[in-house]
Amino acid sequence: MAIIIDESTRVLVQGITGNQGRFHTRQMLEYGSNITGGVSPGKGGQEVGGVPVYNTVAEAMAAGGVDAAVLFIPAPAVKDAAFENMENGVKTIVIITEHVPVHDAMDIMAYAADKGITVVGPNTFGLISPGKCKIGIMPNQIYKPGTIGIVARSGTLSYEIANSLSAAGMGQSTVIGLGGDRIVGLSFVDVLERFEADAETEAVVLVGEIGGNAEEVASDYISKMTKPVVAFLAGKSAPPGKRMGHAGAIIERGMGTYDGKVAALSGSGAHVARLPWEVPELLKKAL
Amino acid sequence: MKLFEYMGKEIFAHNGIKVPPGKVAAGPDEVYAIAAELGEVVLKSQVLSGGRGKAGGIKFADSPDEARKLAAELFGTDLKGFKTEALLVEKKIRIDKELYLSITLDGSARKPVLIASASGGMDIEEVPEESIVKKHIDPEVGVMPHFCREVVRRLGLAGNVAKEGADLLTKLYQVFKKYDCELVEINPLVISGEELIAADSKVNIDDEARFRYPAGTPIVEERTALEKKAHEIGVSYVELDGNIAVMANGAGITMATLDIIEHFGGKPRNFMDAGGGADSEATAQAIEILISTEPKVILVNIFGGITRCDEVARAFVRVRESAGIPVPVVIRLSGTNEDEGIAILRGIGIESYSDVREAAAKAVEIAAVS
Repeated sequence: MAIIIDESTRVLVQGITGNQGRFHTRQMLEYGSNITGGVSPGKGGQEVGGVPVYNTVAEAMAAGGVDAAVLFIPAPAVKDAAFENMENGVKTIVIITEHVPVHDAMDIMAYAADKGITVVGPNTFGLISPGKCKIGIMPNQIYKPGTIGIVARSGTLSYEIANSLSAAGMGQSTVIGLGGDRIVGLSFVDVLERFEADAETEAVVLVGEIGGNAEEVASDYISKMTKPVVAFLAGKSAPPGKRMGHAGAIIERGMGTYDGKVAALSGSGAHVARLPWEVPELLKKAL
Repeated sequence: MKLFEYMGKEIFAHNGIKVPPGKVAAGPDEVYAIAAELGEVVLKSQVLSGGRGKAGGIKFADSPDEARKLAAELFGTDLKGFKTEALLVEKKIRIDKELYLSITLDGSARKPVLIASASGGMDIEEVPEESIVKKHIDPEVGVMPHFCREVVRRLGLAGNVAKEGADLLTKLYQVFKKYDCELVEINPLVISGEELIAADSKVNIDDEARFRYPAGTPIVEERTALEKKAHEIGVSYVELDGNIAVMANGAGITMATLDIIEHFGGKPRNFMDAGGGADSEATAQAIEILISTEPKVILVNIFGGITRCDEVARAFVRVRESAGIPVPVVIRLSGTNEDEGIAILRGIGIESYSDVREAAAKAVEIAAVS
């Protein structure tokens, strides 16, 4: 099991001949992901790490089929690339790119919702089902196959936590980054529902941060879950009105505060870790 | 990017939304001249903070002389930390009723949302839920006439005002799309006789869409000099008031690093997210920004994914060779090319930690004794 991706997922890399595209295609291949093609307009016929490069998604689709596409595309061109994949029948789109205009993101999400397409990101590290498939930019060596699901708004912070879980002998079923932007394709609830239904997942770690109301909305669902949830939130010390890197990470008009989120999550029955290294201990207690 | 009121109103006027006649002034004499032209006027401090009226930033004047006198008081006044450098001088309009209208992003719904209320003039947060009209807009459909008619009906508008209201909604959504807005807000939207007039404007534009702003879109710089420099090299930087300079890669881990510093009793000097995949040259420039703030210690927390630990280590070598590093550096390296990074740093006498707990505790200790 695992969620969204597994060993059978055929992956297309869009923007495969760029710097990031090349580097991370090699990393994903090394991890064992089943990368069946890449797309770079005008570069069709080349190869990257043995992966055939096509000019268009339609061409890649006809050549061998695509289940998921990952975008290493400059922000102004992301909307076009995402629609190219969606219109050609790709069912999962992972948008690594940051700085995507929010109006483009809204257009992508509206179309995806109509067609039942899963969009991960923008501004995400991607997702990984350890031992099966990795689509994204996270380091290969920190994950272990196992039964803990991780869903995070932030990339590196989730690496920190995945790493500490692996070190404590707790492997992961799937680790997924929602993305740091205000408009992203998946919510905590979308992912929690999938983990709740996934036979392999026994518990979930939610990695959130200040700003927005995603954690508060998630709390309503967590109170109905049968599986334990441990949460960690970043931004406890952040002053109001200062945008902390992520477009969404800002306390405005007293909304999206650390204390409000902790109260909502605790009230839902989630176990809230005050510091990242408390997560493994809390999980052990909860299981 | 937040626009000043007068800039938002220029955009409104340019796109067919009625605003009061007025001009922006940079000094009391200009205010006098504009008032002499318009008659009874209102003077509005152009600052980017809310609650401006309550803070005394809005004044009414019956004559040009009074306008000049009030302007002299307003210029240079500090309003919630913002200095008044410009005044918008507008003709006083007849106010029969004040409404509230905005379009913004709803992250949970992943759609724009229109919010309107017949109780305008105050903070929308204070308006009771039942008197607020809230309707999501499907970006694939946009704002159609039937959508506008329904909003206008629920606001209780009638006659020509209803007609103007429906037209205004269409135009406001056009502005929202055309200028890549995160927020367009009119509060109050004034019923003045048979007309609807935008008596205020709040327009926030998406920074990420700068590559396609329509010609003539104003640019407002909200960043401090250091924040601006950081932005130019692709680093996200926010100044804080402690003495431990911080660099990490990723917004979440940077925030968590600040939290951990405070947990150990330290105070961060800044938030610096060096982003993903920066090369050693950009990272070196980021380190130079940290040094320029004269911290007691620099704490670096890198969990390499797209960022490679060896590139970060090389950046320190670069800075040490060119400008020197005058303060202690505590560095945590983990992830992609970690061993290489640790070896490079050892070569210039910097020991790295693999656990953020130890690194943060060490940095706080150094800041406390030095």
